[in-house]
Amino acid sequence: MRPAPRLDMDALLDDPRTRIVVCCGSGGVGKTTTAAALGVRAAERGRRTVVLTIDPARRLAQSMGLTELDNTPRRVEGVKTSAGGELFAMMLDMKRTFDEIVEAHADPARARAILENPFYQSLSAGFAGTQEYMAMEKLGQLQATGEWDLIVVDTPPSRSALDFLDAPDRLGSFLDGRFIRIMTAPAKVGGRSMMRFLDVGMTVVTSALGKVLGTQMLQDVQTFIAATESMFGGFRERADATYRLLQAPGTAFLVVAAPERDALREAAYFVDRLAEDAMPLAGLVLNRVHGTEAPGLSAERASAAAEALEEAVGAGPEPGSEKSSSAVVDKAIASTGADREFSSESAVPEDDPGPGTPRKPSGEGVNDDGAGQTSKRMPPGSATSPEDPGPASEDREQHLQQSQFSQLQNTRQDSGRPEARPTAPRPEGAPGGDSPDDGSPGYDAGLLAAGLLRLHAERMQVMDRERRTRERFTAMHPDVAVVAVPALPGDVHDLDGLRAIGDRLAEGG
Amino acid sequence: MAPAAPQAAARDAAPADGTDWEGVRLHVVTGKGGTGKTTVAAALALALAEDGRRTLLVEVEGRQGLAQLFDTDPLPHEERKIAAAPGGGEVLALAIDVEQALLEYLEMFYRVGRAGKALRKLGAIDFATTIAPGLRDVLLTGRAIEAVKRKTGDVPVYDAVVMDAPPTGRITRFLNVNTELAGLARFGPIHNQAQSVMRQLKSPQTAVHLVTLLEEMPTQETVDGAAELTAAGLPVGGVFVNMVRPSLLDEAALEAAAGGHRADVATALDGLVGGGDAPSDELVDALLDQAREHAQRVVLEREQRSAVREMGRPWYELPLLADGVDTGGLYALATELRRQGVA
Repeated sequence: MRPAPRLDMDALLDDPRTRIVVCCGSGGVGKTTTAAALGVRAAERGRRTVVLTIDPARRLAQSMGLTELDNTPRRVEGVKTSAGGELFAMMLDMKRTFDEIVEAHADPARARAILENPFYQSLSAGFAGTQEYMAMEKLGQLQATGEWDLIVVDTPPSRSALDFLDAPDRLGSFLDGRFIRIMTAPAKVGGRSMMRFLDVGMTVVTSALGKVLGTQMLQDVQTFIAATESMFGGFRERADATYRLLQAPGTAFLVVAAPERDALREAAYFVDRLAEDAMPLAGLVLNRVHGTEAPGLSAERASAAAEALEEAVGAGPEPGSEKSSSAVVDKAIASTGADREFSSESAVPEDDPGPGTPRKPSGEGVNDDGAGQTSKRMPPGSATSPEDPGPASEDREQHLQQSQFSQLQNTRQDSGRPEARPTAPRPEGAPGGDSPDDGSPGYDAGLLAAGLLRLHAERMQVMDRERRTRERFTAMHPDVAVVAVPALPGDVHDLDGLRAIGDRLAEGG
Repeated sequence: MAPAAPQAAARDAAPADGTDWEGVRLHVVTGKGGTGKTTVAAALALALAEDGRRTLLVEVEGRQGLAQLFDTDPLPHEERKIAAAPGGGEVLALAIDVEQALLEYLEMFYRVGRAGKALRKLGAIDFATTIAPGLRDVLLTGRAIEAVKRKTGDVPVYDAVVMDAPPTGRITRFLNVNTELAGLARFGPIHNQAQSVMRQLKSPQTAVHLVTLLEEMPTQETVDGAAELTAAGLPVGGVFVNMVRPSLLDEAALEAAAGGHRADVATALDGLVGGGDAPSDELVDALLDQAREHAQRVVLEREQRSAVREMGRPWYELPLLADGVDTGGLYALATELRRQGVA
C-alpha cells in the first residue's frame, strides 16, 4: 500500500501564509500539548505566535512557565527570540469573553443590565455551546488585531469532535432563530404582521413554557434578547464570520489522534467532516507512536530467546507448580489478544468464595482495619498466605491475588518494594551481580536479558498493532498527510519538554 | 508509604456481607476524555447485573457510544435489552433524547397530547431544552432517577442504574445544575423536579465514580474532580484505574536495567538473537534503552497509583485491552470488577 504523504510541519509553520492552526480531535490524545509545542516551535523559528488554549489544565500554563493563564495573551519567557519570533499564551475564559463582547458593544448602563440578567448569567456560564462559540469569538478577535503572525488554537474537550464545528452555529441559530423571535416579539415595539397572526397560538405556547420554565425566566430571556439584539447585529452573522475564517486559506486544521482503534476512527470521522465543510486540513498528528532501535529482532524470536534464557536459569514455570509471574507475562504478551488471555485465565479459582459469599466492602474494610490504604494492595509476601485470617481488607486482597491480572499488578508494579519474584536461585557461575556498574543485589544477567527480550517482544507487538491501525486509516484517507510523534515516557513539564515534542512533530514520518 | 488518608464520607450502614456498593442504586460514571468511561460504565452495568439481576445503562450525551461498544444499531429513546449477564442477569440500555424526555414530562404533568407534536414542530421543545442550561440536565438525570425509582409492585424494576455521564470537567455542573436551574425557574413543577433530583443525587443511593489512567493529567483531574464533587455535596464513589498495562520487568530487572550491565547482557544474549553470533552493540543498546524507558514509565505509574490511593476511595484496576474493547472484552472487564469487589 502506498504510504501516507508525510506532513512537513516546519514548512507549515514557516509559511507566512499560515495564520491559524487549529488542533482538533477527541479527548485525551494530546491536543493541548501539541498546540503548545507547535507554538514554541513556531516562535523559535521566527514567528510572533499566540497559543489559545481552551483546556482548563493548569499544566499547560506551568509547562510554559506561566503560573496562571487568563483571558489575555501573556508573554512566555524563555522562548528563544533570536529568530525574531515571540510566544504568547492565553486560556479562554468563556464568561469573561462573553462579558467583554457585551461591554464593548453596549453603553455602560445597558451593559450592566445585561450582565445582571439571570438568563445571561447562566447562558454565559453554562450553555452547551457557549465555550465553543466563545473560543471562535476569541479566535476572531485575536485575528482581527493583526498583531499575530500565527495563532495556534486547541479545541474544547467536547462531547465529540464535531461539536466544535457545530456549536457556534447552534448558538447562533438558536439565539437568532425563529422561535426566539416569536418569543421575544411582544418585547419589541410594534412587532410584525406574522407575529400578530401567531399571537393566539403563541399565548398557548408561552404559557406552556412558562409552566415548565417559570414565567420569570421567560421574561429574563425576552429582556435579554431585546437588549442584545441590536448590539450583536445577530449572533448568526458572527457565527458565519468565524466559520468563514476557518475556511480561509490561511487556516490549517490538524487532526490529533492516538494510534488506537477508537481514536483513529474518530479522527477519520473528523477528517470527513472537515472535507464536507470545506475546512482546510493540513494533516493528521499521530501522537504516542512507539518505535524501536532494534527493528530487526522480531517479537517471535525475542520471545523464544527469552524463554531459552529463562529455562537455562530455571526460572520458567514448573509443571504442577503455581504459575510464576514470568509465565503470566509470557501469556500476556504471547498474543496480541492479551485481553482474551486475561479473560479466559481469570476464571474463578477453586478457593474463591464465589459470588454471593460474604465479602467486606473494601472502602470500609480498608478504613476500618486501621492499616489504612496502604494495605489495600499488599506486599506479595504477605498476600501469598491467603489463609491468614487478617483484617477485612485482606479478604479482598485474596481476590486480587487470585486474579491473574491483579497478580501481575501486585507482584510486578506496586510500590517500591524489592521484588520477591518466585524464581530459582541464580545458578553458579552465571554472570551478574559482580559487574562494576552494578548496584543492585539479586540481579541475574540471564533473567535481565530475558526481561529485556520480553519487553522488546511486547514493543514489537505494539508497533505492529499501531501500524495496522494506521494502515486502515490511510487506506480510507490516502491523501491525508501524517506525522507520527514518538511516545515520550513521561508527561511534559517545561519548555524543554515542549521543544522535544516540537522536534518530534517536525521530524516524525 | 501512603499515609492512611481519612476516608471521605464512607457510606453509613453498608451491610457487613455486602459488596463495595451495596445500597447504591444510581452509579454515575465520569472521567477525563479518553480514559474509557463508557467502557467502564458498561462493564460496571454488566458486573452489577450478574446472578439474575437487572441493570439499566443510560447514555446522556447522544453520542451512541454504547451502541458502538456493544456493536448494535443506534439506541432509541427506549429501554431495551443490550446484553445478557452471566447467571441469568440482563443489561438494558437507554439513550436519552432530551426533547423526547421533555415531551414525556409535559405529558405526565399537563397531558399535552398531540399539542406536544406541534410544540416540537414550532421549535418550542428545542427552545426549552436549549435555553435553560439546567433544564437539559434535569431532564437527563431526572429520567435516570425515574428508572431507579420505578417499581413493579414493591420490587424495583432495576437493581441498579449506571449512567455514562459527561466528563470530569463538566460533571459537577452537570449534576449540580439542578441547583442552578432551581434558581432560575423559581416555582413550578420543573423547580420541584430539580429539587427532588438533587435530593436523590446527594443521597447515599448515588455514587459518582471516576475513571482515570495511570498518567499525570487524568489523575490530577480525578483528584480535582473528586474535590469539586465533595464540595458540591455530591457523593464520590470509587476510582476506576483503566487501561493498566502489564509491567514486564520485575523490580530487580528494573534496577539492573538502570545500572546498565551492558557486557553481562551481551554475554547472556550470545548466540540467542544474533543469528548464532554475538548480539550487535546496537541491539544491546536498543534493548537497554527500551528497558530504561520502561523503568521511567513504571516509576511514573507508581506515583499515579499512590495519588489514587491517597484519595482514600475504593479503587479498582482494569487491564488495557490491546485490540480495543469489544463485547468479549467487556465481559472480561466485568468479571475483573466483580473479582475486585465492585459487585
